[in-house]
Amino acid sequence: MTEMSRTLSGKHFYSGDLACAEGALAVGCKFFAGYPITPATEIAERMARRLPQIGATYIQMEDEIASIAAVIGASYAGLKAMTATSGPGFSLMQENIGLAVMTEAPCVIVDVMRGGPSTGQPTMAGQQDVMQAKWGSHGDYEIIALAPSTVQEAFDLTVEAFNYAETYRVPTMVMMDAIVGHMWEKVVIPPQDQILIRDRKKPSVPPGAYMPFKPDKDLVPPMAVFGDGYHFHATGLTHEEDGRPRTESIKAQQKLVQRLCDKIRKNSDKIVKVKPTLMEDAEVVVIAYGIESRAALSAVRKAREAGIKAGLLKLVTLWPFPEKQVTEIAKNAKMIVMPEMNYGQLVREVERAAKDTPVKFLPKLGEEPHKPDEILEAIKGGV
Amino acid sequence: MVLETTHPLDIYLRETGMHHIWCTGCGNGILLSSFVTALKELEVNLDKIVIVSGIGCIGRIAGYINADSFHTTHGRPIPFAIGVKLANPELKVIVISGDGDLFAIGGNHFIHAARRNMDIKVICVNNFNYGMTGGQQGPTTPLDVSTSTTPYGNIEHPFNLVHLAAGSGAVYVARWTTLHVRRLTESIKKALQKEGFSFVEVISQCPEIFGKSTKKGNPVDFMNWFKTASEIQHFSDPAKAEITSDRIPLGEFVDIEKPTYEKLLKERITQIQSKAQGGA
Repeated sequence: MTEMSRTLSGKHFYSGDLACAEGALAVGCKFFAGYPITPATEIAERMARRLPQIGATYIQMEDEIASIAAVIGASYAGLKAMTATSGPGFSLMQENIGLAVMTEAPCVIVDVMRGGPSTGQPTMAGQQDVMQAKWGSHGDYEIIALAPSTVQEAFDLTVEAFNYAETYRVPTMVMMDAIVGHMWEKVVIPPQDQILIRDRKKPSVPPGAYMPFKPDKDLVPPMAVFGDGYHFHATGLTHEEDGRPRTESIKAQQKLVQRLCDKIRKNSDKIVKVKPTLMEDAEVVVIAYGIESRAALSAVRKAREAGIKAGLLKLVTLWPFPEKQVTEIAKNAKMIVMPEMNYGQLVREVERAAKDTPVKFLPKLGEEPHKPDEILEAIKGGV
Repeated sequence: MVLETTHPLDIYLRETGMHHIWCTGCGNGILLSSFVTALKELEVNLDKIVIVSGIGCIGRIAGYINADSFHTTHGRPIPFAIGVKLANPELKVIVISGDGDLFAIGGNHFIHAARRNMDIKVICVNNFNYGMTGGQQGPTTPLDVSTSTTPYGNIEHPFNLVHLAAGSGAVYVARWTTLHVRRLTESIKKALQKEGFSFVEVISQCPEIFGKSTKKGNPVDFMNWFKTASEIQHFSDPAKAEITSDRIPLGEFVDIEKPTYEKLLKERITQIQSKAQGGA
């Protein structure tokens, strides 16, 4: 019977993929549409088995374009909905991620990152999609993206991803490198009543007075549900607060695009999360996310043993980028070291926020994260 | 004395200043009228329908109907509609879009939705070209026709949409033209009541754009073509329903029963849950 419950409270031995699926279920996800792709398939498989047990819907679509389209549809019909994919599928989803941004459809997209470009290395890990998460669709927009570094975080951050998606009506991404996705560790799933659950705001006005894209003070509009009698219209075109398309109004374009960006930018203090370790007196700071942050922590500890004032700033939120936090730590740091499993992506944001503090970038391509000693060498080079 | 200014179909149209974008003589208005007439005659509860459209001239129709509606990206109304339907099976979900949207960029979604027998209704307004972007060749453009992207004549064989729909598994398939409004309305009513993937193709005129390609400069020329070329024969072989310049096969082509995806899903969920309870 426990197997059939929505939330499998207790201790488990799971992979990141499984923990991610269980996190989604625990926070109330009732719809999954996806397409098989290594190394994210296990999320779909888990959802295919688990969702029907709780009376909810799993559907395998014909491709990733259809998957994200169905997720947006389910979201508009009132459900918490998600999809999971990897690089090639994430690329296919980009246009409709823009649609989810434009129509403010709460939804969660998990990208278990493998090596690219193109088909690349399907079974090998990477962190090569972190810029695509922010910039993959056309136009100006903001999304939220989180990066788990442990299997426990795969659970916790999937829960948070849904909460952000619902709170800000924005597609929210869990950017999980394939090592975390496929790694098995202990996970503790809390009792249901200890899991924080946020739901989208409902309209407080009756149909007729409802303006589907009229924001409250937090810049987020309340969201009616299809079938509740509101008779509202949503479109990927630039639109007025009442939903009417406005394809030739400069003012409408400015107003809408600014709000879509500002609802994230102006709330970024509430969204952004970083985890500092040994940072109080740190002169050399390693900035890392995902699996790299674990190698980095080991390197930082070794550096401390060697008498070097090193610290770690782990980025939990990748987007909106923790700019303030990086600028702040850069003020007191002699050097920043940034290992990434790519050839130079999020380091660009770090360099921008670090201002005059030098940033030593450590690229890595092809499955393995940095060895702690490789990061340690770079830390030593900074003192 | 107060003048009666409301039209009996007004309640089916959105009031919020959605001025339509369609050219004079376009067939889209005929389809809109036919569709809302079908809603009226069936006394459909407007709270429980969702209109989904794609990109193109007809894609704007979602905004004109007084119901919950969504104007998706190009080619994607069907998978969006599937998400809505599965999230709330009580809703009647209707996709209205064009030939390019549904069968070029969105073709994959059409065949798979039909294969699964999703309980959604798809109405395709086929005007033989991409009207909104200025008259380019599309998946239903007849052979040899010159368009802005086939200046030397189209060398691509067009889709026979009723054959494609039937072959993909649709349980209801009909084709009419904008000349056959009463029959079209009846077929839309049938599609709305039918359980499963239902497809209605509407052959429509595009005098302003496609008219330039075919030298049919005004809607009356199109209507005359529809009148002289139409052949109504119900349940004829969809494979032989190809449209040519002198033959437009019309009628109902498919009306069969098959369990829908939604029904099978519900049954499966019930089985899983009752088995778990029984085993406890």
